[in-house]
Amino acid sequence: MAEIKKPKLAVWKFASCDGCQLSLLDCEDELLAVAESVQIANFPEASREIIKGPYDISLVEGSITTPHDAERIHRIRRQSRLLITIGACATAGGIQALRNFTSVDSYVTTVYATPAYISTLKKSTPISEHVPVDFELRGCPVNKYQLLEVINAYLNGRRPNTPPHSVCMECKSKGLVCVAVAQKTVCMGPLTHAGCGALCPEYNRGCFGCYGPKETPNTASLAAWWREHGEKNTDIMRSFRGFNAYAEPFRKESEAHENI
Amino acid sequence: MNKKSKPSAYTLPASQLQKIIDLLHEQGYTVIGPQRQDNAIIYDEITSTDALPAGWTDVQEGGTYQLQRRDDDAWFGYAVGPHSWKQFLFPAKKKLFTIERETFRAQAEPADKTRYAFLGVRSCELHAIAIQDKVFRDGPYADPAYSRLRNNAFFIAVNCTEPAATCFCSSMNTGPGAESGYDLLLTELIDSGQHEFLISSASAKGRALLGKMELPEATPAARERGQELLARAADKMHRRMDAEKARKLLLANPEHPHWQELGARCLSCANCTMVCPTCFCSTVEDVTSLTGDTAERWRRWDSCFTMGHSYIHGGHIRSSGAARYRQWLTHKLATWVDQFGVSGCVGCGRCITWCPVAIDVTEEITKFEPVTQETAA
Repeated sequence: MAEIKKPKLAVWKFASCDGCQLSLLDCEDELLAVAESVQIANFPEASREIIKGPYDISLVEGSITTPHDAERIHRIRRQSRLLITIGACATAGGIQALRNFTSVDSYVTTVYATPAYISTLKKSTPISEHVPVDFELRGCPVNKYQLLEVINAYLNGRRPNTPPHSVCMECKSKGLVCVAVAQKTVCMGPLTHAGCGALCPEYNRGCFGCYGPKETPNTASLAAWWREHGEKNTDIMRSFRGFNAYAEPFRKESEAHENI
Repeated sequence: MNKKSKPSAYTLPASQLQKIIDLLHEQGYTVIGPQRQDNAIIYDEITSTDALPAGWTDVQEGGTYQLQRRDDDAWFGYAVGPHSWKQFLFPAKKKLFTIERETFRAQAEPADKTRYAFLGVRSCELHAIAIQDKVFRDGPYADPAYSRLRNNAFFIAVNCTEPAATCFCSSMNTGPGAESGYDLLLTELIDSGQHEFLISSASAKGRALLGKMELPEATPAARERGQELLARAADKMHRRMDAEKARKLLLANPEHPHWQELGARCLSCANCTMVCPTCFCSTVEDVTSLTGDTAERWRRWDSCFTMGHSYIHGGHIRSSGAARYRQWLTHKLATWVDQFGVSGCVGCGRCITWCPVAIDVTEEITKFEPVTQETAA
């Protein structure tokens, strides 16, 4: 019997820190099994060997910040059967989307000696604003087990188990004590998409919202509660203005606490 | 057996509680008890009375929980924390079966044969377990894993003499004193300079264990003191719930405008359902090996506050926060009675304490009361 052709996997980088694609290399124990199940066809961070497209699965990391990248993502979409975005940059614009709240020109002139060489867009935007995306995996960085789960699910033709409920459900399922209630810590958990396994609350810290908004997040209610309990508007604004600042529910809530 | 030949209660010096733990260990039990961890009193495995939260109490209000030193060194001088015994009998995550592609045969997970002894179970919690029994053990769709763990368990209840401000068991008739559902029952007495317990049994297992202890009969004065402490605990509870009235109000008001106000406050974070000792919703997830040769089905806690909970072909039935809150409260306090013959609420107050924005069911229910001429004036 002829050997079944393995699906071709490509990993693409846009404006990002590489942390999400490194999560794939971070799989260590599971990496060999992944390499046996797919053909790693285009993953410069792992191998110099580049096999030409089209690709069965493209994992896209990073946001669109330059005119060149805004073109490039269309080429990648054209040669990908499935396009999966991974991480806060690719799904929400990332921390670099803080530029979206101000003028990028002021940054360019402050940071670069010769601003004329810089060709950049006014906004950092998620991949889904440019091309259709088949699946978005959240997180800053993504959780390696969730990344494996997504690859696994697509290889087996099933839906990935990446529930969009709150971090609180992960916290309670682990038997952790709520840091918001027991320690009065500002915690984004009730608004944030699960996936990290309640990492920060497990270490007695409030959730920073790395996985972005959960399904139906009620940002206004929690922000009002924080306000009633003495948090300053600027601090509330900053709570929403992290790695997922440009995700719509967080963006709107941060704007509601701006300049007041 | 002639009942009069056996005293109804004995006196257990605090130092002797360790012997009970040791006897339970000898009988193969894994003892779970209260302990102080991460600024709360939680339930975890215990081998020594040294691990008990001696001298600590919990101060609770809507959206707040704090530990505070007590004036004495009581071991059970707190109300209830974020944990409940649910997490042991109905674990948050559980593998149900494995299936092989080759044979297409499902292999059920081997039964969990752990025998738990739960130390420090409150009356409200015994009522909660009795409610989950109706769902998981005694109903038409019994869960063998729950039934086994539950039937194997040993319950050492402790009468609640220190209710929190969020407690309302006295109005729900679920406490503060335990009446049934336990093997042994303790009442902690510490105020006379001595630290001791009243102890009694309500099962063969409990009597057998007590028989090995050779304890003196409790004095009438000690028994009276126990009753006094319970009466005082009931008096301390200021929050109330009129279960029958609540049920009528909810059934009569599915379109009340107050649902929208609740929807505006509720975070749909599901904390209330996670900490509720009676909430029993779960969902299943199927996972595969990378090669697809084997698959597993896992059950995990779910909540009526997630969108997935009401998802059917074509969309979500309860897409607004108001609709989800209405579902939870109406089921808990009203339709639960039609379904299981009892209210789904035991008055433990966890949903009030652990709600990140302090939604208080005892207060919210009053908002559905019709406006009378006096209240309108």
